[in-house]
Amino acid sequence: MVEMSTTLSGRRLANPLMTASGCAANGQELHRFFDVAGLGAFVTKSVMADPRSGRDTPRMAETPSGMLNSIGLQGPGIAAFVEHDLPWLASVGATVLPSIAGGSSTEFAHVAAALRASPAFGCVAGVEVNISCPNVANRGLVFACDPLASAKVVALVREQLPRDVPIFAKLSPDVTDITTIAAACVKAGADGLTMINTLLGMAIDTDRLRPQLGGVTGGLSGPGIRPVAVRAIWQVRQAMFEGRIPTVPIIGVGGVRTGNDALELVAAGASAVQVGTATFNDPSAPMRVLAELTELLETKGFASFADVVGIAHVR
Amino acid sequence: MSDLVTQPVSPGRRARVTQEQAEVIATRRVGSYQHLTLVAPGVAELARPGQFVALAVGGESSSTLLRRSFSIHKVSPSGTYGGTVEIVVSAVGAGTRWIASRQAHDLIDVVGPLGRAFPLPTEPVACVLVGGGYGSAPLFWLAAELRARGCHVEMVLGAASEDKLFGVTLARRSSDGVTVTTDDGSAGQRGWVSDVLPEVITSSGAGVVYGCGPMGMLHSITEIASAHGAVAQVAVEESMACGIGICMTCVMPVVGNDGLTRMVRSCVEGPVFRGDRVRWDAFSGSGAHVPPDAVGAPRTGGH
Ligand SMILES: Cc1cc2nc3c(=O)[nH]c(=O)nc-3n(C[C@H](O)[C@H](O)[C@H](O)COP(=O)(O)OP(=O)(O)OC[C@H]3O[C@@H](n4cnc5c(N)ncnc54)[C@H](O)[C@@H]3O)c2cc1C
Ligand SMILES: Cc1cc2nc3c(=O)[nH]c(=O)nc-3n(C[C@H](O)[C@H](O)[C@H](O)COP(=O)(O)O)c2cc1C
Ligand code: FES
Repeated sequence: MVEMSTTLSGRRLANPLMTASGCAANGQELHRFFDVAGLGAFVTKSVMADPRSGRDTPRMAETPSGMLNSIGLQGPGIAAFVEHDLPWLASVGATVLPSIAGGSSTEFAHVAAALRASPAFGCVAGVEVNISCPNVANRGLVFACDPLASAKVVALVREQLPRDVPIFAKLSPDVTDITTIAAACVKAGADGLTMINTLLGMAIDTDRLRPQLGGVTGGLSGPGIRPVAVRAIWQVRQAMFEGRIPTVPIIGVGGVRTGNDALELVAAGASAVQVGTATFNDPSAPMRVLAELTELLETKGFASFADVVGIAHVR
Repeated sequence: MSDLVTQPVSPGRRARVTQEQAEVIATRRVGSYQHLTLVAPGVAELARPGQFVALAVGGESSSTLLRRSFSIHKVSPSGTYGGTVEIVVSAVGAGTRWIASRQAHDLIDVVGPLGRAFPLPTEPVACVLVGGGYGSAPLFWLAAELRARGCHVEMVLGAASEDKLFGVTLARRSSDGVTVTTDDGSAGQRGWVSDVLPEVITSSGAGVVYGCGPMGMLHSITEIASAHGAVAQVAVEESMACGIGICMTCVMPVVGNDGLTRMVRSCVEGPVFRGDRVRWDAFSGSGAHVPPDAVGAPRTGGH
């Protein structure tokens, strides 16, 4: 048997498979298909301070091996999340990685503080900080495109949470040099990084000859973006090996549909793997990928998952 | 009339769902459509009229990732082959063309049953069932359930042309009266279902109007029903990426029991909504705007 546990900044998870934020809602829907407590961690939809309606529809366009989405961070707001969603996840025994977002660094901090105050906070194994969202003060430019803005968010969130609760900054691949942003986040106190969020894209409806999405542009996801995720993880891991960034764990996400896909991200340097868009195709994809990855490592003769993390850098 | 809840799904209300590799055991052309019979005993056992199934396109490595949704036309929980589920497919794009071209013994990955069924009246009131194009598909099964409860059932089927009507003969067997309309007059009365609906409601004294079809049609059914003191229950069709409530793409503005408008997921809180709860004013050609008074709507200067 392969030892599948993984340790993220001092937190041991039973296995490295997770849902991806926004591709699993907050648990109840997928619990109809598999026991969400069986995941290494359940990553919830990014939650902001107040309830949000999200954007106009249509909100999606299918693309070759993927899709574009422009949801606009629709959600119940942190108060409702803490009152309903987190306690439900705790009640079924899930290990949770809540994802938080904000239009300003103070909003991020407020959401983190409310999360910490939750009676169900015990099920939280870490907090994912979705900095790939628009900064209201900077004409909607996403925080993750600006090292200073990213660092400020990370530092403020870090202050709000107990030291033993790791925070993971979720990076956007839409930057010139992702290692610069990664370095800024880690220096500001991020205990780990999640890579990658969606790529900005757009589709034209050729019947109407106008943008297909209500929000005009959208985030590209799915198997089509996997090479971008592998590249981003590789570059940041490489920078850690070279000492340009302090070494912290990376959670890989982007285009994973099979155990073999997950292995690519892991070999590039990911200590855990999230399955997003593939869940829309196969509701039990996160657990299936876990089974496939386990079998694959077994076949390849590895004793433990940890042995494979970043292995492509030393071969 | 049971009130349709439009609040977020609570744990207690979570319905059972299955995923099955369904064998196609029959496929036949019906007018412009392809009528498929799938062996899916799990879905067949659980489904109620108004619910839908989501079918994967291509094999497990297909580059078409998103499932396609279809109303359940009929279920036979204990057929010769085990339980079967029937769907009526209009091949409009690559995904539906792939599904429509499956042959007997091919396998299709099916998730279902999904969404909320048509609520049934507790009293034996007269009902009108209105189907636009393939939108009639789920109504025959509903008609049978209503008649079993002692309801008088009228059906109104409309389409652009005769080949796009589905189930006219079946309607005659399933109901107490059928009215057919086509835009071009190739079958039944020339015109729209909305031209004949007022008269059908009045003559039957209907208390409930069920509808399934294009959004514009559902809007007019709702207005006509309201004007005649009837309740409209409509099954909507929104672009869906997941069909199971996890992506938030299929939302539309609907008024909840508390009077507030929310962008609700039509795959889990729908596809059946009370017509008078839908914010029809927010719909335009290709989608819906977030009404300014919706919960969490963007504020000026804010998000
Ligand atoms: C609840 C529900 C019930 C439905 N019942 C039926 C039925 O009984 N018979 C039938 O023929 N069709 C039905 N549809 C519509 C059917 O799902 C679409 O026609 C189909 O998804 C189009 O796929 P495509 O690949 O052929 O088209 P494409 O245009 O290539 O599809 C591209 C993407 O857009 C989505 N999409 C495009 N048009 C629609 C649409 N009208 N509704 C939802 N998603 C769409 C597709 O799912 C896909 O992700 C139903 C839709 C819903 C939501
Ligand atoms: C419909 C949808 C909604 C998403 N919502 C969020 C979100 O709220 N927060 C976030 O950090 N990422 C969000 N993402 C991005 C995913 O978590 C993930 O980073 C990205 O989709 C790449 O992984 P995938 O190819 O496996 O989907 C969303 C993606 C999709 C497709
Ligand atoms: S289609 Fe994904 S939430 Fe409804």
